[in-house]
Amino acid sequence: MIATLSKHPLLKKLWSAVTDLVPIALVVVFFQTLVIRQPFPEAGEIAVGTLFVVLGLFLFIEGLEMSLFPIGDAMAYALTKKGSLFWLLLFSFLLGFSTTVAEPALIAIAKQAGTIAADAGLLDPNPEVVERYSLGLRLSVAASVGFAILIGVIRILKGWPIYYLIIGGYILVMIITTIAPEEIIGLAYDAGGVTTSTITVPLVTALGVGLSTSIKGRSPLTDGFGLVAFASLLPMMFVMIYGLFWF
Amino acid sequence: MSGLFTDFINILLSTLLDVVPIAAIILFFQLVVLRQPIPHLKQVLIGGIYVILGLAFFLLGLEKALFPLGDIMAGQLSSPAFIGVADGESAPWWSYYWIYLFAFLIGFSTTIAEPSLIAVALKASEVSSGTISQWGLRVTVALGVAFALALGAYRIVSGTPLYIYILLGYCVVVVQTFFAPKPMVALAYDSGGVTTSTVTVPIVAALGIGLSTSVPGSNPAIDGFGLIAFASLFPIISVLAYAQFMHFRNTKTKYS
Repeated sequence: MIATLSKHPLLKKLWSAVTDLVPIALVVVFFQTLVIRQPFPEAGEIAVGTLFVVLGLFLFIEGLEMSLFPIGDAMAYALTKKGSLFWLLLFSFLLGFSTTVAEPALIAIAKQAGTIAADAGLLDPNPEVVERYSLGLRLSVAASVGFAILIGVIRILKGWPIYYLIIGGYILVMIITTIAPEEIIGLAYDAGGVTTSTITVPLVTALGVGLSTSIKGRSPLTDGFGLVAFASLLPMMFVMIYGLFWF
Repeated sequence: MSGLFTDFINILLSTLLDVVPIAAIILFFQLVVLRQPIPHLKQVLIGGIYVILGLAFFLLGLEKALFPLGDIMAGQLSSPAFIGVADGESAPWWSYYWIYLFAFLIGFSTTIAEPSLIAVALKASEVSSGTISQWGLRVTVALGVAFALALGAYRIVSGTPLYIYILLGYCVVVVQTFFAPKPMVALAYDSGGVTTSTVTVPIVAALGIGLSTSVPGSNPAIDGFGLIAFASLFPIISVLAYAQFMHFRNTKTKYS
């Protein structure tokens, strides 16, 4: 009975949302019972919130697989076949931009960053200002991912080796760090890792692999990868520059 | 309960606004550029509703569970009473060892089960035609993230500047890139991005901010961030090192 149930595709997805949380729950329970040895504060509320996280992730991924993923795949394929460079590049930029704007982890971090900057007295605590700061943060990260995908696609088309661009990117990050305000550096470095999770990675990888399959002399395994790497480099630069305007 | 409901409605409305640009772009490309009708329109619309509802639930749960969780754990494990010093007095960095262990375990356990890492590991074993084993890569990356978070927690406690660690890390990556087998390079760079999932990011971020709030002399706005940056840099180093090691071992057995 259980064996047949677990094969149902919907339950399988619900299960994969649960497995995201199980390791965290295990570590937390281990620490709470053996190291801290105290009842967990706000256990009820956290349990309800966790249920929301599981349900939300499940619906979110299920919905993506029904709508955005098939369309994105088909579009990437159709646009590479169409052979128009302009539309392909515009599509790459917009794909990176739009998937990042709706990235849950980024929404959460941007909000958190706004509150913390206001608490530390770096920002006007007026909620409208904080809101504007968070939104600006999200938009600059989204724009940076858009450009990252754009550069990544040009790289695949031209066949440039990835390490030149990455090492050049590292050097640029370091140069910008020297002029960036101290308050933004940590957040900017973190933005690189935040951008590339649930929505962006599958779509962007599909675009990269699709492109390198349709161009002669490119291998999807070595040329198709690397788009995600750009999407974690450029946000650092863009957020540091964004910080220059605020602090 | 009614507070929860209004929260949910508010989040739902703002999520709706987040999803509109994506829908607009898809419509524009499909109808104006490609000039084709949208295939399986009904399925796509239902999927869109799922996405909006799911995002709203996730964000609400994140605020009620994931953020508080990271914050509470950091607060408990670094409180003066737990460390064993008087209130407001600063403790030496090694007395925070439970925090380092907690960060290490969270890093390892979440990464080893991460679905996108499993996908990358599968690809990597294909690229390398089997010299890189899936489990070997997964354990390597998980250890990389675990070490990264523990070191990141140490950095927050000690208050040393973040850019020095990142600069050194970059130098290591550049040197490794020169020696690593070339087909593995792009994959290794990508593995840095895929390890930090949507569930892990908020917990880790809250952990860092909570830790820097309770460590005396540490400023959350400056020291609280950086854990995620570490978690995306170290996997690159560990994957390149692993690829280098396997390559070295293979060529050695070939010629001996």
